Amino acid sequence: MTDLTHLTIAEAREKLRGKEITATELTDAYVKAIDQANATFNAYVATTPDKAREMAKASDERLAKGEGGALEGIPLGIKDLFATEGVHTQACSHVLDGFEPRYESTVTANLWADGAVMLGKLNMDEFAMGSSNETSYYGPVINPWRRSRTETVVMPTTHQGDGGFVAAGGTRTARTYDNMQLVPGGSSGGSAAAVSAFLCAGATATDTGGSIRQPAAFTGTVGIKPTYGRVSRWGTVAFASSLDQAGPIARDVRDAAILLKSMASVDAKDTTSVDLPVPDYEAAIGKSVKGMKIGIPKEYRVDGMPEDIEALWQKGIAWLKDAGAEIVDISLPHTKYALPAYYIVAPAEASSNLARYDGVRYGLRVPGKDIIEMYENTRAAGFGREVKRRIMIGTYVLSAGYYDAYYLQAQKVRTLIKRDFELAFAAGVDVILTPATPSAAFGVADEDMAADPVKMYLNDIFTVTVNMAGLPGIAVPAGLDGHGLPLGLQLIGRPFDEETLFQAAHVIEQAAGRFQPEKWW
Amino acid sequence: MSVDLKTVKRVAHLARIAVSEDDAHRMTGELNAILGFVEQLNEVDVSGVEPMTSVTPMEMKKRVDAVTDGNKAADIVANAPATDENFFLVPKVVE
Repeated sequence: MTDLTHLTIAEAREKLRGKEITATELTDAYVKAIDQANATFNAYVATTPDKAREMAKASDERLAKGEGGALEGIPLGIKDLFATEGVHTQACSHVLDGFEPRYESTVTANLWADGAVMLGKLNMDEFAMGSSNETSYYGPVINPWRRSRTETVVMPTTHQGDGGFVAAGGTRTARTYDNMQLVPGGSSGGSAAAVSAFLCAGATATDTGGSIRQPAAFTGTVGIKPTYGRVSRWGTVAFASSLDQAGPIARDVRDAAILLKSMASVDAKDTTSVDLPVPDYEAAIGKSVKGMKIGIPKEYRVDGMPEDIEALWQKGIAWLKDAGAEIVDISLPHTKYALPAYYIVAPAEASSNLARYDGVRYGLRVPGKDIIEMYENTRAAGFGREVKRRIMIGTYVLSAGYYDAYYLQAQKVRTLIKRDFELAFAAGVDVILTPATPSAAFGVADEDMAADPVKMYLNDIFTVTVNMAGLPGIAVPAGLDGHGLPLGLQLIGRPFDEETLFQAAHVIEQAAGRFQPEKWW
Repeated sequence: MSVDLKTVKRVAHLARIAVSEDDAHRMTGELNAILGFVEQLNEVDVSGVEPMTSVTPMEMKKRVDAVTDGNKAADIVANAPATDENFFLVPKVVE
């Protein structure tokens, strides 16, 4: 029997509807896989097997009556940033110690309404601040991918009668794996690792500067950050409200389309939720890209970028061209300023959003001699180093006398970044193709990154522009580097044109194939 | 621009985060690395450019002027570290 955890959402949906398998069997397979492997990966910070079995049983009843929803019986992992009623919700921070909300986020409520099953809450960087999942209060997540070397062994030739000399086995590749632990990227590192290691069929994630797309690229999975306003932020722990968007991480492009359809909605509870009907994203998959105009921005060719990534980008261009798309060179001149502007805007918004964690209404409280000292002690003990760093930067750039020099300047630069994209789209470009990350997954506790926070921030150099401009972006796996690690390409689309992203990403997926880590756990 | 130890301590107090002497020293270096990195924004000519206020051109939605929620005091205080009869308890603030 095939391992049920290896089915895509689309395949499982088919088998569930055809009554070949039950939701209970599928859920049990995942619960078992998590039991066996979570200690290795640290992907889940809380599991809900009883709830999962209960939800699966209800799904089976609905499926039996032919009343199944779009995700009926599909077991999902939920990033710890989404409020789930009565279940661990801490944004992987100590400051939210013991918090179990009495309400459900709009995103997860939408998923449950469509019949999905909750397996548990997934690890992440604390308050989604990080690019390696190492800032989590619950410790790092381990990437299911490992570095490897391949050696080509030439098999001895043998004499074959009258046919002359032929190679018996040709060449054989022997692969040796490195035991170094790699990060899965972040902040949605638990989501990406769980999807890649078959510990859930798909996962929710969020992206403020690249937190869906970078971990997807590091794990050979597909991740989409939708247009700002497409997915409700209600009930999602806020990091930087003008940049935060939720989206899915999935095993392939079709599964990402299925999940986004359910996650997205028009929500009166989020004033930035846009009043546009949610399209059937899956219908875009398989449509030809013939005549589509693909922009290649020259500013995404950065110093020190590994050759593997440049080569992959060229491959992506060739695949789309072969599929009939037109390739045009474009310029997005303010690209290099996106990351510095982000490191003013995002911490400024975070310092304001995180002011609510004061030991009064929820979570941790550390006493002090008066109320001010109680706030200060609570926040000193509750927040990790990276979160404190960002609150401090945010507080500084918003403080009296510095607002104009930093925050206002950054918001003006943000206008220019958005204008670059608007001009490209106005010139007829349908979608922009770039690398997803400037490197493949790196090691846990990388010394260079630990010594210099800016080095870690550079991970988001290709993704952060998209958040600054509020656009949709998808990361799709496109190949392996010289060490056998996955690399991704990113497609950036017009506002609310996620369909074109799925359409083009599917062409890349068809050409590149799908990537799964070799099981070692 | 860069920050000195005194500024870091002042900002930490504004942010209501207790910092030790060691923390403040370490943070001074880290914050200056980040401030050094964002300094390049000053190269950009922003004359006549409006600061961004909304990434999607949209009018903010307004809720109907009606009571649509409420009567859940017990839910609201359920996660608080200290409560008494649906009130949050804090250290004495008025002498």
